[in-house]
Amino acid sequence: MTKHFGPLVALDNVSIRFEPGSLHAILGENGAGKSTLVKCMMGYYRPDAGDIFVSGEKHAINNPRHAHQLGLGMVYQHFTLVPSMTVAENLILGEAQLPPIIPWEAERERIEEFQRTMPFKLDLDRPVASLAAGEKQKLEILKQLFLGRRVLILDEPTTVLTPAEADQILGLMRGMAGNQQLTVILITHKLREVLDFAGDVTVLRAGRRVGGGAAKDLASEELVRMMIGAGKIARAATRVETPTNAAYLDLRDLTVENDNGLMAVRGVSLQVRAGEIVGVAGVSGNGQRELVEALAGQRQPASGEMFVRGAVYSPRRGEMRQRKVFLLPEEPLRNACVGVMSVAENLAFRNFDEPRNTRYRWLISRRAIRGQALDLIDRYGIKAQGAEARLETLSGGNVQRTVLARELCEEVSVLVAQNPCSGLDFAAVAEIRSQLMDARNRGAAVLLISEDLDELLELADRIVVMFEGKFVYETPRDQADVQTIGRYMASPT
Amino acid sequence: MVGSRAKSGVEAVAISAAALLATLVLFGAFVALRGINPFDVYRVLYLGAFGSWFAIQHTLTQAAPLMLTALCTAVPARAGLLVIGGEGALVVGGVATVLVGVTLMGVPAPVAIALMCMTGTLAGGLWIGAAGALRHYRGVHETISTLLLNYIAIAVMNHLVTGPIRDFSQVLKPASWSVGERFMIGDLPGTSIHWGLAFGVVTCLLVYVLMRRTTFGFAVDILGGNVRAAQMVGLPIGPLVLSTCVIGGAAAGLAGTIEVIAVHGFASASLAVGYGYAGILVAFLARHNPMAIILIATLLGGISASGGLLQRRFDLPDAATLVLRGILFLAVLASSTLYGRLKIFQSRAV
Repeated sequence: MTKHFGPLVALDNVSIRFEPGSLHAILGENGAGKSTLVKCMMGYYRPDAGDIFVSGEKHAINNPRHAHQLGLGMVYQHFTLVPSMTVAENLILGEAQLPPIIPWEAERERIEEFQRTMPFKLDLDRPVASLAAGEKQKLEILKQLFLGRRVLILDEPTTVLTPAEADQILGLMRGMAGNQQLTVILITHKLREVLDFAGDVTVLRAGRRVGGGAAKDLASEELVRMMIGAGKIARAATRVETPTNAAYLDLRDLTVENDNGLMAVRGVSLQVRAGEIVGVAGVSGNGQRELVEALAGQRQPASGEMFVRGAVYSPRRGEMRQRKVFLLPEEPLRNACVGVMSVAENLAFRNFDEPRNTRYRWLISRRAIRGQALDLIDRYGIKAQGAEARLETLSGGNVQRTVLARELCEEVSVLVAQNPCSGLDFAAVAEIRSQLMDARNRGAAVLLISEDLDELLELADRIVVMFEGKFVYETPRDQADVQTIGRYMASPT
Repeated sequence: MVGSRAKSGVEAVAISAAALLATLVLFGAFVALRGINPFDVYRVLYLGAFGSWFAIQHTLTQAAPLMLTALCTAVPARAGLLVIGGEGALVVGGVATVLVGVTLMGVPAPVAIALMCMTGTLAGGLWIGAAGALRHYRGVHETISTLLLNYIAIAVMNHLVTGPIRDFSQVLKPASWSVGERFMIGDLPGTSIHWGLAFGVVTCLLVYVLMRRTTFGFAVDILGGNVRAAQMVGLPIGPLVLSTCVIGGAAAGLAGTIEVIAVHGFASASLAVGYGYAGILVAFLARHNPMAIILIATLLGGISASGGLLQRRFDLPDAATLVLRGILFLAVLASSTLYGRLKIFQSRAV
């Protein structure tokens, strides 16, 4: 199969055979062509060349509905459930032909009948909003099976799950595939999932199939080499011993409400010392976003105080500059940049009003801003069509590099980073992690909020677990244990 | 790389031209339905707007207030607000000018004129600034509030000119006291275009420099581009929102002053003849760029200026030019969805 987007070859002559009753992993970095491949299968895109055979018959899949009729179903990374409706209602919702008046009793019987054949059960009357992430994922899978799909595509299913939930779901899927109940295609960039659960694996890189086979025959080093090719990986970040310093960032009893006026952060207190990375672990949606927004000045805390270098801090421009507080929020295009402004302008957000970038105090010096941009583009390896290119034309990794360059190019006292590596490829991830470590080694207090436990275990000096708006567990780096942390992420009691 | 900026400039021009063409086709169909040759209409439209020195003077006179009221929408738009209160700000500016003007009997004319300009500017600025404050501190949507403020402004003016400040020597229609012949600013030398044109052009140029060259303009661009990014780098959101509203309102208020001291000499219902609403159209057509506003206001001024001629020549109803404006506005709004979608203007992702 081949698919071009303009001059970009997203898929280049990729052929894959999915055996019935197998759990087949498609492994690759972001941008390797995994999503393009499955979107072609589901009928969202049309391949420029190549054919799809389902059970030996050739089909041109024109739209998702057509794919559904052929028994192909997809579970998306982000849930497509209606939170205010019950489990049963959500199951019925997806049916192609629903009568105007729903015969609830008959449908319920049908669902219960169906659930008996399944290896796991959910309470049909619970509203989806009250389900944990793992249960929602199960419901998504149930829904696909209930609708009679025989081939299930799971797109990065474990990003929103705790390690235990992830193991459970993948174990179930492997079991069901083993019983010949269905064929599972697992899209992932996590090696561990492939090695532990997949029967077969196909590795994609830059749109090409670069290798694959039975998972048990492949070693992890081999898979990594296939995924990243000859590309160079930045040196691993080295942790330098730092003395026990004073707390640079000090949160005292901070409470923050979410958009609905509910308490998202419930009276948390935390100190981050200079030269220390404190990692905040937790399943997404437990108040991390609101916490970062409060630190970033995007949300007013309901109560509590923030101290930076010993004095009360309110996130305003003058104080940010004076106390040297910087941020790397998640989704940089949404939180930290303006897509329609140029790379040079985005790089100047922190200092466009400082004397070196102005003339006569009030006039912007375009030349100074351009000079600063060219320097940063060079130093941080930002790939852009020049300093004047609109930021939204850059790839995700380069947008993140742009923000990183802006936030780390000056002396940093406090750095707040949230999921700084999500959606980036190996090389970018390694580079950004080593930049964070460097900032720490230079004496910054780093608060790292991440959904990626491996990232926290690699970088953090201390890990706290956030659950339902509170810090429920804390462990120093040398005593950190994945199982224990995972247990607190799921439920602290 | 060279040309990324130039390319988006070409894109803006091409899309605006397409919208204009679509408008001409649709309005042509409209007049053709009445059995009139559209090409004749467009020829007369051109002659009425730019065909003679007389027509050009008329056009520029019409364009002057549009430049100022367009800024009332364009400046807040750069901060991401949609303000449509130019009409109200103009009326408030005009009424305030009269109220202050009539008290300045013994004052030398240049001083009085300066004071009246400041009054109109201040009144308009506070008027739209209030909408900005409601938006920032109370979450009231600025489009709704400025629309309602238009009605309030017109109602207040009608109340004043039919009662408290009515000049009973004006018998044809209710009007306020006059500011007096001594305070009228008159025409540009050697023309019949009043000084308002100079005010309009100079204000647009000043606002252009403010929005494109200063740190203030840069901060407003960040805010308009992404409020969350603006918060993250600690920009003062409230003051920025308020300033853009005050600047926009001030421009429209100045238009009101000029209507009084260059055209009417008093406040009356003829202040609220739609310059404020036409200004919204100008701002959108100009994509909120103050330099482009000068050009677009002139074009739109031409359409209004030739309205009378169209009416007489083809027996078209008075509202025909309004139909033309309405079609133009819809075409421009519809075309704005094309930005970033046309392949030839896309620079490739790296």
